[in-house]
Formats: sequence, C-alpha cells, structure tokens
Amino acid sequence: MALARPLETVEAPPAQAGWLATSVEFCRRRPLGAVGAAIIVVMFVVALAAPVLAPYDPQLVDFAAMLARPSPAHWLGTDSFGRDVLSRLIYGSRTALIVGFVSAFVGATLGAVLGVGSAYFGGRVDLYMQRLMDIFISFPLIILALALVAILGNSIPNLITAITVPMIPRCALVIRSSALSIREMPYVDAARAAGFGHSRIILRHMLPNVMAPYLIMVTAFLGQAILLEASLSFLGLGVQEPLPAWGLMLRGAAVEFAETAPWMAIFPGVAISLSVFAFNLFGDSLRDALDPRLRTQ
Amino acid sequence: MARYVVKRLLLMVPTLLGVAVIIFFLMRVVPGDIVELRFAGEGASVSRDNLDKERARLGLDEPLWKQFITWIWGIARLDFGTSMWTGAPITEEIRLRFALSLQLAIMATVVAVLLALPLGVLAALKQDSWLDYAVRIFAIAGLATPSFWLGIVFILALLIVFKWLPPMVYTPFWVSPWQNMLQLIWPALAVGYRYSAVATRMTRSAMLEVLREDYIRTARAKGLWQRLILSRHALRNAMLPVLTVVALEFAFLMGGLVVTEQVFNLNGLGLLFVESVAHRDYTLTQALVLLVAFVFIFVNFLVDLAYAWIDPRIRFR
Repeated sequence: MALARPLETVEAPPAQAGWLATSVEFCRRRPLGAVGAAIIVVMFVVALAAPVLAPYDPQLVDFAAMLARPSPAHWLGTDSFGRDVLSRLIYGSRTALIVGFVSAFVGATLGAVLGVGSAYFGGRVDLYMQRLMDIFISFPLIILALALVAILGNSIPNLITAITVPMIPRCALVIRSSALSIREMPYVDAARAAGFGHSRIILRHMLPNVMAPYLIMVTAFLGQAILLEASLSFLGLGVQEPLPAWGLMLRGAAVEFAETAPWMAIFPGVAISLSVFAFNLFGDSLRDALDPRLRTQ
Repeated sequence: MARYVVKRLLLMVPTLLGVAVIIFFLMRVVPGDIVELRFAGEGASVSRDNLDKERARLGLDEPLWKQFITWIWGIARLDFGTSMWTGAPITEEIRLRFALSLQLAIMATVVAVLLALPLGVLAALKQDSWLDYAVRIFAIAGLATPSFWLGIVFILALLIVFKWLPPMVYTPFWVSPWQNMLQLIWPALAVGYRYSAVATRMTRSAMLEVLREDYIRTARAKGLWQRLILSRHALRNAMLPVLTVVALEFAFLMGGLVVTEQVFNLNGLGLLFVESVAHRDYTLTQALVLLVAFVFIFVNFLVDLAYAWIDPRIRFR
C-alpha cells in the first residue's frame, strides 16, 4: 500500500483533470480564446446585474436632457428622447444574450438531431433530408428570417423563432458529415445488435459523439444570432421600442442626428461588435482545442 | 463531363421548385393581403364588394393550388408576370435593382480579395508571430462588425472629418462613372471588410495546409526562389477553398444586403424585397426569392465546375 501510492500519483493520467485545471490550461494555451471568454463573462455579469449597474431607468424619457453629450451625469450621452445611452446598452445586453443563446442552442440542437438522424437512417431518408436542407439553405439567412418575422409578427419569442429556423439546416449539414463516420463505428453496430430502438441509438450513442462539432456550431451561431437580431431590430422587424436592444438603438434617430450626436450611433455598434467578437474568439479557440481537423467557414 | 453538367442543371429544378412552393405558401400565411393594405388608408369607405373585385382582378379569388399552377406555368415560360403593387412587369422592376446589386457585389468582392489574399498568405507564412495574431484579430473583428453599422461609421467619419457626404441618389455607372463610384465605394468597403474576413481566414488555413505538403519541401530543396514557390506551387493549390468561400459569399451578397442598402439609401434587391414583403406584393416577392435562390444555386454549380478545371485530380461522373 505504502509502496503503491507514490507510483499511482506519478502514473495517474491527467485525463480526468477538474474543470478548473482544464480552463486554466485552455487560457494558457489559447490566449485569444481566454480574452473572448473574459469578455463573455463580463457580458453575463452586466446582464445579470443590470438593475444595479445601470445609472438610469433605460426607458426613462427626459426631455430636459435630449441628445446630451457624454458627461459625468450621462457617461455615454443620451438619445433623442433623453434616455441614458449607457443604461440602454446595459439592459440591451439582456436582449442580445437571451435571443443569442436561445436561438443558437435550439437551432444547433434541432440541426444536430436532424443531421444525426439523416446520417443514421441513410438511403432515401438521407437523400430527401439533404434535398430539403438544400432548399432552405438557398434562402439567404436574412431573407428567411424577414419572411418569418412578417408571418409571425413582432415579439421576442417570434424573433427567436425567425432567427432559429435558418440556422437549423446549416447545422444539420455540418453535424451530418461528422455523424456519417460515427455510424460505421463498432459500438453503433453493437447497440443495434443489442436490439436498441432507433431513438435510443441516436440519442444515447451517436449524439454524444458529435459533441465537438455541436459545441463549435453553438458558439458560431451565437455570434451570428446576435448580429441577425441587431439587423432585424435595425430594420424595425425585431425588438420593438421602448425595449432596449442594440440594433434598435441604431435605428432612426441615431442616423438622423449622426452629426450632432454621434455617440448614439457609435456605442451600440461597439457593443454589438465587441460581443460577437468575443463569441467568435472563444468559438475559434474552442474549435482548435476540440477538433483541429474540423474547419468551418 | 457533359453528362455531369446536364445532371446538375436538372437537379436545380426540384430545388428551385421547393423554394417556389415554400415562398408561395409562406407569403399566403402572412396576415393581410395586398388589397387590404392598399385600401387600408381609405378605411370603411371601400366596400367589401370593391375589395373582392380588386382581388378577382389580381386573381386572388382563385383556389390556392390554381394560383400556384398559374404562377409556376408562367415561370416555366420565363414569364414572371407583373408586380401586384405597381402593375409594372416584374422583369422591369428587377432589372435596374439587379444591376445595382450586381455592381455592389462585384466591387465588394474586389475589396475583399485585395485584402484577403495578401493578409492570409502573410499570416500563414509567419504563423504564430505577432503579425499572424494581428491578421487573425483583424479578421475576427471583421466577422463581428455589422456592415450596416460600419457603413454608418463611414458616413459619420466623412461628415465630421471632411464635411462631405457621399451622394445619396443613385447614378447608374453608364451615366456618370465618377458619381457612381463616389456613392458605391463606401458600401463596398463596409461590406467588403466583413467579406474579406471570411476569405482571409480561409486563405490562411488553406496556405498553412499546403505549405506542409511534400511538393513544397521538394521545391525548397531544389532551391527555388521563395516567391516562385509561393505563387506557383503554394498559392495555386490553396486557391480552391478560397474560391469556394468567395463565390458563396458573392452569391449571398446578391440578396443579403438588406440592411446595408437601407443605410446607404440604395435601391438594390434587398431593399426591394423588404418593400415587396411589406406591400404583400406576392408576385414580386416570389420572383425575387426565386431569383436570389437561383443565383445561389447557380454559383454553387459554377464553383463545382471550377474545381474540376483548376484541379485535374477531380473528375466528375
């Protein structure tokens, strides 16, 4: 016993390292990814602590302070209704994160299930599924989202649906190609020989093995979903006033008063870019860490 | 090869038909139709009778399947019909907008390629140096910056620094190339930056892969100049994936610039799409979506053909 101990500690493989050690290792080896992760964490804290952090009520109209320059009272100035830009940015992070996370997770998950199912059943199912995906992919992302918003009407859940739907086929394509090789694995044959049903094999045996591309797709979609939300809100088809959202803040007055109040147009754009930038940085490093062979655009 | 081309062209038909079915029925599900919208301003003064008469004139009183067949039959004969909102032939409505979108897409592609090739190659050659990091950050930032916002920033910068605003009324290239360029160069730059980001990343990763190939080592061992190795051996082989993303992005630009067009007050296909959906102009929306989908599928097809042409190892059956 006394002899075995030191041997064990020496030879114990670091495979089961705790998540803390894994994250430290990730940060050390991928500094860019760590920067992205740090920005994401800050965003989360800001979104959660919005009521504490925001100096004003984001919807408070103050005609005495219309288009005020950035000053100690309003750090990032005010908009054409006298609303505090900083407070609106802080509350806007909630909208961006909710829309981004829900649509990226739902879109990637549905896509993964479809992709794995398509690869698993193969043959005719696969062929028809691929044709259907081709059809959906030939619609540009924003056009499909626009049409869906027009049908469903403006509300946050509908906006999320409109952003989610175009993501599904794009994820299904990527996941399908990874699942094709998994289908040939002996453990899938074994599961089939054991008499498990299709859904059990797909959900319990194949899905966990496409985790790497799945996570990569989620992080990639997160950034895209935030961008798409901003674009739709900018067109007036997304989040509606007076709810604070970054894309919405760039709409109308921000362009109209661009010369006299440039802060209205600059800061929300910086917020959008910075958050998408963070998700992309993190997603890229995650991709390199999880699967260096997998390259998405 | 000829068989392959024919097969691919034929395969486009079911995909386009699928797109047609989806957009046709999607539009009918959108609440409110064109007749209601047009007469909404006049309130109760328009009787139900007149509304129905107008619907009958536009053929909206027919059963859906019949409307669909009529429309598809027209498309099959390359007759896209007339816009329900303006009454003008759809080919007329789309022609000018198409020219504008095409020009913008071409200009953005030029901007993107001019940025992406040198940056991507440099980053790959100096992998993991500060230069590589700078290029990668520049590219990721490009993916993250909404091009419509970048457009707003350009306008702002021009306004504040030069007290000058790009022309906001569209001049076709053949009327005044100078005016036309003055207007379109800004959206092309704004869109081109994002576009270049995609291409830079692809150039870098393709070059990294190719530079590790045996034939590059052989070329080096032969004592060839670095420049010749790069241009003749490496870059040419790294071009395939780059060509793919450039082409796909180009196809995307033809219909996907909805928001940037809004910022620069450009009447391109994207803006036309938003307007036609807002008017519930079924015929025009359907034609536009079909056109954009066709461009996308066709560009995909051209990319596949170009593959075989550039890389003789790829042969199609």
